[in-house]
Amino acid sequence: MQKYSVFSLIKNAFSGHKDWEVAWKDPTPKSEYDVIIIGGGGHGLATAYYLAKEHNITKVAIIEKGWIGGGNVGRNTTIIRSNYMHDENGLFSEFGMDLWRNMSQDLNFNVMFSPRGIINLAHSDAQMNVYSRRGNSMRLNGIDAVLLNRDEVRKIIPMADFSENVRFPIFGGLMQPSAGTARHDAVAWGYARQADSMGVDIIQNCEVTGFDVSNGKILGIRTSKGNIKAKKIGLCVAGSTNVLAEKLNMTLPIETHLLQACVSEPIKPILDNVVTFGAGHFYCSQSDKGEMVMGGDLDGYNSYAQRGNLPTLQHVLTEGIAMFPFLSKLKMLRTWGGIMDMSMDGSPIIDKTHIEGLYLNCGWCYGGFKATPASGWTFAHTIAQDRPHELNSGYSLNRFSTGHLIDEKGLGTKTWIS
Amino acid sequence: MLYIKCPHCGLRPQTEFSYGGDATVKRPELNKEVSDQEWDNFVYLRKSPRGKHLELWQHISGCRQWIKVERDTLTHEIFTTLKANENL
Repeated sequence: MQKYSVFSLIKNAFSGHKDWEVAWKDPTPKSEYDVIIIGGGGHGLATAYYLAKEHNITKVAIIEKGWIGGGNVGRNTTIIRSNYMHDENGLFSEFGMDLWRNMSQDLNFNVMFSPRGIINLAHSDAQMNVYSRRGNSMRLNGIDAVLLNRDEVRKIIPMADFSENVRFPIFGGLMQPSAGTARHDAVAWGYARQADSMGVDIIQNCEVTGFDVSNGKILGIRTSKGNIKAKKIGLCVAGSTNVLAEKLNMTLPIETHLLQACVSEPIKPILDNVVTFGAGHFYCSQSDKGEMVMGGDLDGYNSYAQRGNLPTLQHVLTEGIAMFPFLSKLKMLRTWGGIMDMSMDGSPIIDKTHIEGLYLNCGWCYGGFKATPASGWTFAHTIAQDRPHELNSGYSLNRFSTGHLIDEKGLGTKTWIS
Repeated sequence: MLYIKCPHCGLRPQTEFSYGGDATVKRPELNKEVSDQEWDNFVYLRKSPRGKHLELWQHISGCRQWIKVERDTLTHEIFTTLKANENL
């Protein structure tokens, strides 16, 4: 594989940039692989990469119905954080933060990781207490957390509404300085390029139409490009998990819901951090192009539509204007929607299934993008070793029946309430 | 904007309603031994189909009645609305 560097850039400039190698090939599927990963999104591509890199399993195919990176890894708000209270979520995400910090070097692809810090605003004394508790839990797990008072928040985001007569005054906030953002498409492309260079077949425009299961063992998949055999198959399809589960006669603790995001027209730099509104559900950062990147609530009903509805967007942006009044002056540039695999406790599932050789990676809710490297790393381990790693042992499929839920938000099973 | 025909009030915008989830989920019978699996099915497991989905909505800013709505989860087309005690 051609290494990307300033020297290769200069060298290729002399030949008019006509001699760059393709970043990944477009192979026809072989009849059999050691491992098949279904879903060529961030998590699927990362899983294939870590299977090859950490476990030396390179006879791997990624089967993608559309094109790689066309789902949620291309539709998110690029936020990376590990500000969780529960041990399972905190330790898993903080492991991911280490992978994020080294990702550009590891993948030889600039993913533009920008650890700009995230601030969760608090709007009452009670909320300050909750954040104080969460911050302490984070620090016990080795995650950086700083509790900010009103004046400290004001120094960082003076453009927020600090006037006296607001409905939700800013009391302070919880900051994770090491959190940040990354260039989402680059993450998909970086993983794809490295996985391809180690022998992984990335097969796009190939829909899985069925599974071959016999005596409780997985034997292969049926696709629009023919049947492919494999003894190990990993499902990594986010919002489409239930569609494939139905083909396997499995019912899962997952509902598919619609989440919208939007960007404003680009403006000069004003916001250095990621900021979330604490009296509702709204988050905001500024992209390198200057656009304000914003998101919030689910649309609130089961949906596979990948496009949103105006009432939710209005609701979310009303919260945004309550937090940052200047947003009301901006024009909207783009809005889009993605479909989320909402689990019944708000935490993901990375586990084996009752079918031997079939592995499940789903339930990422709002937080799939930041989990990309840790999800791929632990899913690769789970597939290669046929048992979960310590980091994802809490993300079991049977935790719902055993009562070991990881309900970070305390919402229970009404996944659409936020 | 979705427009939902409340069986009590007529066609109203979605902003008058709140969502209540899958209407096909059945609570296990009272006064009967219930297995863990049955509780799992009721509390956690959802088909979440791509296509026709029978679901509960509450006309919270209207008559406050719970209703059933048959809606396509891919196109958002609404086929039928029923009172909560009616079946398809």
